[in-house]
Amino acid sequence: MDLISTLLGGLASGMVLFIVSVGLSVTMGLMGFVNLAHGGFAMLGGYAIVLSMRHWGLSFPAALALGFAAVAALSVVLERALYARLYRASELDQVLFTIGLVFVMIATVTLAVGPESQRVLLPAWLDGQTDLGFLRYRSYSLALIACGTLLMLALWLGFERTRIGARIRAAVDNRRMAESLGVDVGRLFTFTFALGSGLAAVGGGLGAEILGLDPQYPLRYLAYFLIVVAVGGLGRVTGVFFAALLIGVLDFVLKVEFPKGGTMFIYALTLAFLLARPQGMFGKRGA
Amino acid sequence: MSAPLPAVRELAVRHRLQWWEALPWAAGLAAFVAFPNYLAFGTQVLVTILFALSLDLVLGYAGIVTLGHAAFFGAGAYTVGMLAAHLGWTEPLSGLLAAALVAGAVGLLSGWVLLRTHGLTLLMLTLCTMALLEQAANMFSSWTGGFDGMPSLSFKPILGAFDFDVLFFRTQYLYALAVLLLCFVLVRVLVFSPFGRSLTGIRENLLRMHAVGAPVRARQVLAYAISAALAGVAGAVFVQATGYVNLAVLGLERAAGVLIILILGGYGRLYGAFVGAIVYMVLEHTLSKAYPTAWQLGLGLTLMLVALYAHNGILGLGDAVRRRWSAR
Repeated sequence: MDLISTLLGGLASGMVLFIVSVGLSVTMGLMGFVNLAHGGFAMLGGYAIVLSMRHWGLSFPAALALGFAAVAALSVVLERALYARLYRASELDQVLFTIGLVFVMIATVTLAVGPESQRVLLPAWLDGQTDLGFLRYRSYSLALIACGTLLMLALWLGFERTRIGARIRAAVDNRRMAESLGVDVGRLFTFTFALGSGLAAVGGGLGAEILGLDPQYPLRYLAYFLIVVAVGGLGRVTGVFFAALLIGVLDFVLKVEFPKGGTMFIYALTLAFLLARPQGMFGKRGA
Repeated sequence: MSAPLPAVRELAVRHRLQWWEALPWAAGLAAFVAFPNYLAFGTQVLVTILFALSLDLVLGYAGIVTLGHAAFFGAGAYTVGMLAAHLGWTEPLSGLLAAALVAGAVGLLSGWVLLRTHGLTLLMLTLCTMALLEQAANMFSSWTGGFDGMPSLSFKPILGAFDFDVLFFRTQYLYALAVLLLCFVLVRVLVFSPFGRSLTGIRENLLRMHAVGAPVRARQVLAYAISAALAGVAGAVFVQATGYVNLAVLGLERAAGVLIILILGGYGRLYGAFVGAIVYMVLEHTLSKAYPTAWQLGLGLTLMLVALYAHNGILGLGDAVRRRWSAR
């Protein structure tokens, strides 16, 4: 029983990692753009969701939708106005720019809201426990697992079964070839960037209960998001999903079983995994 | 035979010392006289310059992008700290040597294992290696002091003659300046040597360097180890100057910070480390004093503007201005 509840806890946090990181993987795979500010979008979304519930009395789902829309819109503006200038720049200039953007986001949130960490007011129907028949477990974690699984299915269908998904896959595999076949990779990128940032925002709100929410959020979890992307393989939705679940569960279980080791095991396992499979779970060799 | 092409002539003289290369050292001595109350901060800046310089060797010249360089800074720092705390080995110069050896060995080993990858994978592998060292330093607390580290270490006078100056950091500043000068000369000689040229070749065109038969892996690993040793020296000077060591010496914050500093100043040009470290640290120091809550806003905007308008850092901006000037 204990093992199952630990596993469920790990799955829930893995789902949060997946929802936040999936956009990062696709945008990095598509343009090779190193966007270290991705966690910043998750944080901004989390704040939009928490604050709109507290001050405007929005319901949790409505606040999630608002966070998604607001951050997606913001990311389109930023992408068109600023990111687009750096597509041809060296990846180190991209690193400098996106870290600068993270600093600006942190300072803005600290100034506007304050440095303290924020709590999500969960609706009553998510706050209690659910009887699974063999086990009673927190409703919220179960809802997270359901949400993540549904999202994964939707994204998978979108990627594998729609025209725009086919274009994205083609551009990730071979951008120049896709462009010469008439795929407008720039516009595709704006679309995936907005979608990815919006999802990160939702992840920031959904995960605030597990990961917390304060101005240092984007830097604290940056390494986790990047590890998920690297282990999953660039630009692979299924890869990110399994990598996020694996890391979420391992991190959770190992922290419970060996509290002294802390995060050591995750880093050791990532190290071993990436040495054995540098391209990630589903990445293409030589990509 | 016709006269050599301008490009050939430029290549033939590019390693020669220019008159302006004396300026940073003159400025360093001038700052010693002009700001006697800021020497502790100045020492930190000098240590950071050395650290960024070591990163420039791998990032700017060999083209190896790493997010874990603080591992070597930390290895050097903990070497000196543990030698002093447990063995009573407090002679500073031999401590520097020991730090360089340990950090260099860590660099050689990890470089040999990790440098077969590149891109995001290499970035994550270097990050994970550093995080493992950090966790190890946290766990073996009987040796390393764990989370609190080792406070109040004291070291013997340098060369038996110059006492460390706990109050005003006068000795520490000059000591750090001298170590920086020595290491800088080494790096400068190295990057203009055939070894350094082959590193640049590897950065610019990996396939071609393989094709001409250059021992690519060996060169990269060697450069990585030398850079690690220099980073270890920087960490050692940090500990000797401040008299303490804790987990912050090998965290992600320090590794990301030095990367930002180098990109801000301009990588692959030796002096980028100087410009980046001074601009970043002075900005951070003054802004965080004046606006304790919002200082990151100014810093972040500076980084964004430099990235958008200055390809390859502040020195890159200088180059662009000069080119435009001479094109007139």
